[in-house]
Amino acid sequence: MRHLMSPLDLTVEELDQLLDLANDIERNPEKYAHTCDGKRLATLFYEPSTRTRLSFEAAMMNLGGKVLGFSSAASSSAAKGESVSDTIRMVSCYADICAMRHPKEGAPLVASMVSRIPVINAGDGGHQHPTQTLTDLLTIRSLKGRLNNLTIGLCGDLKFGRTVHSLIEALVRYTGIRFILISPEELRVPDYIREDVLRAKNVPFEEVIRLEDALPKLDLLYMTRVQKERFFNEDDYVRMKDFYILDKAKMELAGPDMLVLHPLPRVNEISVEVDNDPRAAYFKQVQYGVYVRMALILTLLEVTV
Amino acid sequence: MLNVGAIEEGFVLDHIKAGKAMTIYHDLKLDKLDCCVAIIKNARSAKLGKKDIIKVECPVDTMDLDILGFIDHNITVNVISGGHIVEKKELKLPKKITNVIKCKNPRCITSIEQELDQVFVLTDPVKEVYRCMYCEEKYRGSRNK
Repeated sequence: MRHLMSPLDLTVEELDQLLDLANDIERNPEKYAHTCDGKRLATLFYEPSTRTRLSFEAAMMNLGGKVLGFSSAASSSAAKGESVSDTIRMVSCYADICAMRHPKEGAPLVASMVSRIPVINAGDGGHQHPTQTLTDLLTIRSLKGRLNNLTIGLCGDLKFGRTVHSLIEALVRYTGIRFILISPEELRVPDYIREDVLRAKNVPFEEVIRLEDALPKLDLLYMTRVQKERFFNEDDYVRMKDFYILDKAKMELAGPDMLVLHPLPRVNEISVEVDNDPRAAYFKQVQYGVYVRMALILTLLEVTV
Repeated sequence: MLNVGAIEEGFVLDHIKAGKAMTIYHDLKLDKLDCCVAIIKNARSAKLGKKDIIKVECPVDTMDLDILGFIDHNITVNVISGGHIVEKKELKLPKKITNVIKCKNPRCITSIEQELDQVFVLTDPVKEVYRCMYCEEKYRGSRNK
């Protein structure tokens, strides 16, 4: 029995197989419509997350399975002080697989250590969110046709954004990857990403402050939100906030095939006028999120079609 | 020079960084032993200049050498039998240590889950980096160095 705690739990070959399966699901959804008949997915969400929870639930329903669970710690027995270990032992009797989101880092790992069913980490604090990374990889591979030989711009809060860190760690396993890291000084990637991941693997990268400087060079732009509270002072925020808002004018600097991705929720960092641009892929990304979660559920349940 | 008698059966911890013997004495819980324990501080050392030494008159298998390896893997452990050194144990950085240090990340599951072992894993033997098994936070505390 396997669990998924981090995107790096999967080898490149396993990842390829998973993405192939997700693409087959995309092309032939009816072939998979009853592959999980009689199976149950438990969504154990100790903190609210509309997108991820609904994506998991939609994925299981698309496979013919059923879902049960809770969507906040207040409505679970955690409110009575039950441990994660006890909860998963109980849930193992009710469901065949579970997706867990928890504000404490490592909670899904603790669950996996005593669980009798596969556990999927659906986000644990600022630590890991592997199905977001799988979603990003599937979106890139499906729309660009490859995961190698890409110049990728990562823009916004690169310091605290876990999706950015996970995506970098996943992509450095492919050849010909080059990063342009676009952020204010205060929100540059942490040292361990720069030293232990990028420099250690000789992955070329540059760090720039202005989005305009990077846009003409990119195959892909991954946007994240710059939150006001991350800045040390109001002046810096006011001075820089527009640097990281993608609008129609900035899109004119980008190549005709540059994709725009965003883990969502978007607030104002991508202007709504960009939504109709054919290069805007962030809503397609949501759809790919369902396909990759369907593929993951089938893989962990060892269902063959 | 001060002389401390040789031991017949037991072990000697040599090449302890000067001034650290008492910390190791407590970390290894040597105070809980009821056998003879001698602590020598600031002994002359060709290798270190000055060093501390601990002599313990009880079998070495009562010791958790992983803890000692974690604290300082440059310490040498001489096993004594019949008044002679019969073995020199090389300490290595343990791959995993359980319930020796605590994760200080307030967002870590270990901060709330009852009776969960505190496990740290050696993730970079060159830089001697230990990370919490659950949240992967780097251990930044002192390892008695």
